[in-house]
Amino acid sequence: MWDDFVRLAVAKANYWIYIVLMCIGLWGMIVKGNLVKKIIGMNILQTAIILFYVSIASKAGATLPIITHHGPGTDSIQAVGHINPLPHVLMLTAIVVAVATLGVALALAMRIHRDYGTLEEDELLAMMREK
Amino acid sequence: MIWQLEIIILVLVVVCAVGALAVRDLLGAAILFGAYSFLMCLLWAIMGAVDVAFTEASVGAGVSTVFFVAAVFRTSRRTRD
Repeated sequence: MWDDFVRLAVAKANYWIYIVLMCIGLWGMIVKGNLVKKIIGMNILQTAIILFYVSIASKAGATLPIITHHGPGTDSIQAVGHINPLPHVLMLTAIVVAVATLGVALALAMRIHRDYGTLEEDELLAMMREK
Repeated sequence: MIWQLEIIILVLVVVCAVGALAVRDLLGAAILFGAYSFLMCLLWAIMGAVDVAFTEASVGAGVSTVFFVAAVFRTSRRTRD
């Protein structure tokens, strides 16, 4: 029973850590009051999802999805021996999108700091209520 | 795939994520987030996603950390939580 649990926890460790990281990111986005901390939480959430996609691509005993020789005369390519490269390609796009959203969010935070002089959410809400 | 190394890096990733959100200095949070991104890139190199790993190392860890440090220096380093 305990051995089964340990084997499951080690074999699926990526997925457990993915769930933990996603919860940490959501906690940072919701609970933290500082805007930069909220942006860090958003980035942790995004990298957690990328971790999930890269984990579903990996296979036991497979090699990198790079073909060294091809063309006529060589053996046919065995897909079983290679890691699935499709989630990797999707996640390349996700990393670029994550950096783009990070840039926009930090630019907005800097603009807010220039107008209001603070980055704390409760102070910002109080100031907006006074206006 | 060396599973002991992967478990150690997974634990370090969680520690860096909690630290980046818990530390009370925004510059320290930015540096810890850079460490988190580099550990993540190491994890993807272990899992065989080399293209994702080097994109994360250059774009995710490098450019994101520079963005955070620039934004922290242009606003304020202090935070209450």
